[in-house]
Amino acid sequence: MKAGMKFLLGATVIVGAVGYLMATGIKETGQYFLTPSELSQKIATDPTFYDVGMKVGAHVVPGSVTREVATQTLRFRITDGSATYPVVYHGLPPDTFNDSVEVVVEGRLQPDGVIRATDVLAKCGSRYESVPKA
Amino acid sequence: MTLLGGLALWVACLLGVWGALTGLLGAARGRADLIASSRHAVFALCGTLLVAVLALQVALFRHDFNVEYVAAYSSRNMPTFYTWSALYAGQKGSLLFWAAVLSVFAAIAQVVTAPRHRIYLPYVGAVTSIVATFFVVVMLFGGANPFERLPYTPLDGRGLNPQLQNPGMVFHPPMLYLGYISITIPFAFAMAALLSRRLDVDWLVAIRKWTLLSWLFLSVGICLGMWWAYVELGWGGYWAWDPVENASFLPWLTMTAFLHSVMVQEKRGMLKKWNLLLIIGSWLLSIFGTFLTRSGVISSVHSFTQSNIGYFFLGFLVISATLSFWLYSRRLPELTAESTLESIVSREASFLFNNLLLVGIAFSVLLGTLFPILSELVTGTKVTMGPPAFNRVNIPLGLALLLLTGIGPLIAWRRSSLPNLRRQFAVPVTSGVLALLILLVAGMRDPSPIVAIGLGAFVSATVVQEFVRGVAARHRQYSEGWWLAFGRLIARNRRRYGGYIVHLGIVILFIAFAGMAFKTETEATLRPGESATLKSPYGWTYTFTHLGVSQYDALNRQVTAATVDVTRDGRRVGRLTTEKRQHVDSRGQPTFQPSTEVGIRSDLREDLYIVLAGVVNGTEQAVYRFTINPLVWWVWYGGLIVALGGLIVMWPGGGAPAVRRAQAGYAVKLVAKDAG
Repeated sequence: MKAGMKFLLGATVIVGAVGYLMATGIKETGQYFLTPSELSQKIATDPTFYDVGMKVGAHVVPGSVTREVATQTLRFRITDGSATYPVVYHGLPPDTFNDSVEVVVEGRLQPDGVIRATDVLAKCGSRYESVPKA
Repeated sequence: MTLLGGLALWVACLLGVWGALTGLLGAARGRADLIASSRHAVFALCGTLLVAVLALQVALFRHDFNVEYVAAYSSRNMPTFYTWSALYAGQKGSLLFWAAVLSVFAAIAQVVTAPRHRIYLPYVGAVTSIVATFFVVVMLFGGANPFERLPYTPLDGRGLNPQLQNPGMVFHPPMLYLGYISITIPFAFAMAALLSRRLDVDWLVAIRKWTLLSWLFLSVGICLGMWWAYVELGWGGYWAWDPVENASFLPWLTMTAFLHSVMVQEKRGMLKKWNLLLIIGSWLLSIFGTFLTRSGVISSVHSFTQSNIGYFFLGFLVISATLSFWLYSRRLPELTAESTLESIVSREASFLFNNLLLVGIAFSVLLGTLFPILSELVTGTKVTMGPPAFNRVNIPLGLALLLLTGIGPLIAWRRSSLPNLRRQFAVPVTSGVLALLILLVAGMRDPSPIVAIGLGAFVSATVVQEFVRGVAARHRQYSEGWWLAFGRLIARNRRRYGGYIVHLGIVILFIAFAGMAFKTETEATLRPGESATLKSPYGWTYTFTHLGVSQYDALNRQVTAATVDVTRDGRRVGRLTTEKRQHVDSRGQPTFQPSTEVGIRSDLREDLYIVLAGVVNGTEQAVYRFTINPLVWWVWYGGLIVALGGLIVMWPGGGAPAVRRAQAGYAVKLVAKDAG
């Protein structure tokens, strides 16, 4: 069983490595996924929550989108019905982004209450299904 | 036609139930009449579902917009080519496609299975019938009947999502589906082996080609998906660890593990329990993938719209997992290994480690994909894992796997001697170290790409060494010419040398992935005549000069096209055009959101990737994103080589004598069994 023991040792190393990598991966790169109301609750209970990387999933407030093409700045507000946050994003929004779509905003909430987005994902119904007409 | 189609679904449902019952009963009681009836039911099910597919296809081509599905996924001005793919573009159609293809595979399995494996067929027919029936039931009772009619008839259909109107998208979903679906056949054989208690290597031999087939379909499907994402979505990459992507990657990983570990069972009679687990696991993962893409439980950029058929899938998943693992645990005592691991420096040990790594990767991807749900269950807050988290875990594991890809084929079964190791490893290790040194001297410092390329050189050298030795041996022994020897070497040992070719493709893929670590990117808003510059990772400076914007109407879209002139270090490279497309229906009304057509110029070293983000209203001022992606071409070519290697392994006939010689020990066992 000598070879078997050696194999078990190697296996333990591999399993340990997988576990370690996953644990640190989650710890260091995992992000909260919140709705605007969850975010406002978090902020209310934990004032240090500003400037923490997170994702916020919400609807774009219709009519709130302003684009400055020249500076590539996109401003809009997101809401889940009860809480609303303004978002500023520098960069190119995805094709599917418009003012009636569900978005996932990746970024940090600033002390002035604005979410500075590093990425905006528009959740279109799917690549397969077209978005139902509103 | 919809009446026919709907009727076909009901008949299919009944046939499926009949086939399952007669198959199980007939095999258990040994009743030849029931077994024959079950076999006929499998064929009839196949025919019926094909009729249903035909009915839907006819409705699509006739533009029968009274049918909800036809109105939702096709339109009058849609190119014919894409009308074909509308069959599986939507939820309901894809379910029908799934069931129909499964029934075809099931019928083929009944026909092509070798006589000495026929004993499994009644059970196989029963299991495939159950799975196909499940899909028909979802269509009939889950509100997903593709033949449902609307209370009114729209003048035109909504058409296919423009992002799907791409050749890659016509072949990518069916390839993946074929991969997912064909895993059902090995799973059915595994269940048959468990049910019939014939758990020797026989059933493995019966499913070998099937597992390869589904692995091949999955590989090609995943590659096509990457290609489609790259050329169509315009975000500049091909893999984002999206849940839907992960869903297709999971069964691929476990199937890859199986294709390796099955050799250990064939040669040494070990890993019987493990192999069964891998097959059951792969199939469950394929159903899980189908569930994930349909239920909307995980927020993905591209899942099907939320619907309650997710519950059907979840239920089916839970029931199948429970039943198959229960059956498995009942048979565990009959699955003892015939030999033990003799040395850690042996082929079988390297396969064991390879399996651990593959399953470890699969496990981490599964956990990462489900992490939002799990973290919400445990802590009440969703925590998501993004690409950085996946890369952090999977890059080191992937590199370790790459190392094993080189080591495994070089060490002997059972145990390896030191001189033997020296003979095998001298050249490959030297090549790997040389490559590492060259990269370090050239000034590269990023650890993962350097290691990836160094290991790539090592693995490639092992493959080349194997080929050179094989060809040289044939040349000496049979005095064949070099090319003839090369051809015959592959033809006579397809499994081995086809496998090496797959390894070579994987190496190319790894190096191509490593190249993406060096991508460069810039965004610019340009007036005609203005230009932007971007430094490529090779040190060249590219200049992009905006030429202007043109707008025109095409068959089913309004196009806004912007063109740039590209120079590299002052020398002209060419012109690139990128478009924004607004698709319209046959009355000129806009449908869907605008989509981007990326401008791409590929060569062996790098891709120029140009996206038009928008045009400042009323002017010719355009917003661009310029990206330079190194080595992307090699992803597609690596994928092709993997597919080619897979095809060589799968190719029917030939190779028999060599294989038989190599497996003499086990062949003797089979003969003994047949005689007994």
